[in-house]
Amino acid sequence: MAHLEQPTAGGPAAAVETPRDERLKAASLATRLMRRPELGAAAGLVLVTLFFLSTADPSMFTLAGVMNILTPSSQLGILAIAAALLMIGGEFDLSIGSMVAFSGLIFGCFLLLVGLPLLPAILATLVAAAFLGGINGQIVIRTRLPSFIVTLAFLFILRGLSLVGLKWATGGSTQMRGIGEQAGEGIVREMFSGNALEGLFAWLAANDIVAKFPNGVPTVSGVPVSIIWFVLFTAFATWILLRTKAGNWIFAAGGDANAARNSGVPVDRVKTSLFMLTACAATLVAVLTVLDAGSTDARRGFQKEFEAIIAAVIGGCLLTGGYGSAIGAFFGAIIFGMVSIGLTYTRFDSDWFQVFLGAMLLLAVLFNNFIRKKVTGER
Amino acid sequence: MASTDALIDVRNLVKHFGSVIALSGISMTVRQGEVMCLLGDNGAGKSTLIKTLSGVHKPSDGEFLVEGEHVNFTSPRDALDAGIATVYQDLAMIPLMSVTRNFFMGREPTKGIWPFRYVDFDHCDEVTREEMKRIGIDVRDPHQAVGTLSGGERQCVAIARAVYFGAKVLILDEPTSALGVAQTSMVLKYIHQVRQKGLGVIFITHNVRHAYAVGDRFTVLNRGKTLGTFDKSGIQIDELQNLMAGGKELQSLSNELGGMV
Repeated sequence: MAHLEQPTAGGPAAAVETPRDERLKAASLATRLMRRPELGAAAGLVLVTLFFLSTADPSMFTLAGVMNILTPSSQLGILAIAAALLMIGGEFDLSIGSMVAFSGLIFGCFLLLVGLPLLPAILATLVAAAFLGGINGQIVIRTRLPSFIVTLAFLFILRGLSLVGLKWATGGSTQMRGIGEQAGEGIVREMFSGNALEGLFAWLAANDIVAKFPNGVPTVSGVPVSIIWFVLFTAFATWILLRTKAGNWIFAAGGDANAARNSGVPVDRVKTSLFMLTACAATLVAVLTVLDAGSTDARRGFQKEFEAIIAAVIGGCLLTGGYGSAIGAFFGAIIFGMVSIGLTYTRFDSDWFQVFLGAMLLLAVLFNNFIRKKVTGER
Repeated sequence: MASTDALIDVRNLVKHFGSVIALSGISMTVRQGEVMCLLGDNGAGKSTLIKTLSGVHKPSDGEFLVEGEHVNFTSPRDALDAGIATVYQDLAMIPLMSVTRNFFMGREPTKGIWPFRYVDFDHCDEVTREEMKRIGIDVRDPHQAVGTLSGGERQCVAIARAVYFGAKVLILDEPTSALGVAQTSMVLKYIHQVRQKGLGVIFITHNVRHAYAVGDRFTVLNRGKTLGTFDKSGIQIDELQNLMAGGKELQSLSNELGGMV
C-alpha cells in the first residue's frame, strides 16, 4: 500500500518540490495573518489606542486608568467570549443580558432565602443557569426555530421573571440588598470580588516600579478579580477552540451542521453545551458584579447581549457561524471598554459612544466579509 | 457465490415514509474491490437507499448484512464504525475550515489525559499533507480553507478522508455531477485507485458515461425497485441508459433527436 508508484517519482519530485515550498511559505505570511480571525480586532485596538493617546488626558494610560478601562471590559468580555463561541457554533443568545439579572436573583435567593454558604450558592446558581441555557438550546434544536427568535423570547421572559422574582423575594422592591454581608469573608469571596495580586503590587510599589502614594501604598492596590477571570476565560476558550476536539466540533457545527452531522459530529450536543456555557458565563458575571455591589437589581446586565454580540463581531466572528476566535472577542471587549471609559478622558461628549459603537460594528462586519472571501476564495 | 466476499448484502429492503413507499424491495450486493454503480432517475429511490445504508434512515423491512452479519444502524456514526463511509455530493466539507480540520472532523485523534486532552494538530497536518500527496493533490498549506480548493479536489479530500479512516465500503453520492471534465476525470481516476486498494465502492450517478467508465457492475433502480444488476461485460452503455430512463419512451425521443440523449 505504501508503494503506489511512488518510488519512481519520489526522487526527482522531492528535489523539485523543496525550493517551491519555500517560496510559497515566504509569500504566505500575509495570508497567514489574514487567516487569523482576530486580525481586525487587533488592528482596531491599535487604532483606538492611537486615537486616545493623541486626544485623551495622559492619566488614561496610567496603571490606574488601564484598570478603569479593563474592569468594564472584563465583565463584558466574559459574556462576549461565550457569545463568540456560540456564534462560531452557529447560534445566537440574546438572553445573555437578562440571564445576568436572573442569575443575580437566583444567587441572591440561594444566599439570603435558602441560606446557603457562598460556594454552594455559586455552584447552585451555575447549575440552575446551565439548566436554563440547556432549555434554550433544546428549544432551538427541537423546534428548528432560529435561535435569534427563541432567545429573544427568553430576553423578555428572564428580564420579567427577574422583576417579578425580586419583588416576590424582597416584598416589593426591585433591588435585593444584604448579599455582600451574607456572603461573608474568606477565600471564596476573595476569588469573586475585590482585587487580586495585592502582594505583588505592594512589592512593586516598594521597589518603585509602580506609582504609590506618599505613605508607600500603591495607587493601584491590585488587579480586579474580574480581569483575572476574563484573561483565564479567554485562555480557556482559545485552548478549547484551537486545540481540542470540542473546538473542532464547534467550528464544524457552525460551518455546516449537516456536513458535521454526516461526519459524526454530535452537533445537537455541541450546541446545547454552548447555550449552557453562555448561561454560565452570564452567571459568572452576575456573581462578580453582585458581590462587588453587595446587592442585585433587575436592570443588571441590561443590553449586555447586544454589546457582547457586537464585541464578538468586532472580534472577527461571522454572523453566519463557523468562523471567529475568542482572542478576537477579547480584543473586541477591550475596544468597547476603552471607548466607553476613554471618552470621559477627552473633550468629546461621551454620548458619542453609541455613534462610535454603531460605526465600529458596521466596519467590522464589512471587514469580516472581505476577509472571509479572501480566506475561502469565494468569488 | 456472493456471500463470501460480499461487503454489503441487501435483500428486499423496504422503506416507508408514512404512506409513501420510497423503497419497495431493493436487493443488491457490493463486493471487495469493485465499483458498483447505482443508477436511476430522479425519484427512483437512490437517495433513500444510500441514506438507509449510511444509517440516516432505518429500513422498514428487509435484510441488511455487512460482511455477513445482520446490522441495525441507529445513526450515521454506527455505519461509520461498521466501515461504511458516505461522501455526499456537496455536504461533505466545510468551506470555512482548514483542510486538516475537515480531514479529521468527527474523528480527531487526541493526546493527553482528561481534562487536558488535546488534538495534536501538527501530526494531523502532516497526515493530511501526506494523504493528499498520495492522491496527487499538492496541498501547499494544510491550514488553507477547504473553500479555496476546487470541487474535484474537495471530493477527493472527502474520499481520501473516508479511506484513511478505514472505510471498507465507500458510498459516493453523485461525486461528479457538479464537476467539469478535468475534475471529473480526477475523481474517476481516484475511484479506480480506491478500488485497487480492495474497497467496495457504491457509485451513485445520473451520468451513465461516468458510471460506465469506472463501474464493474450496475444496479438500476426505478420507482423504488431494482430493475436488475448487470456486469459490465453483459450490458452496453445505451442499454443502461434506456433502463435507467424507464424504457422505451426515451429511446424514441433519442431517435427523434438524432441519438443523442
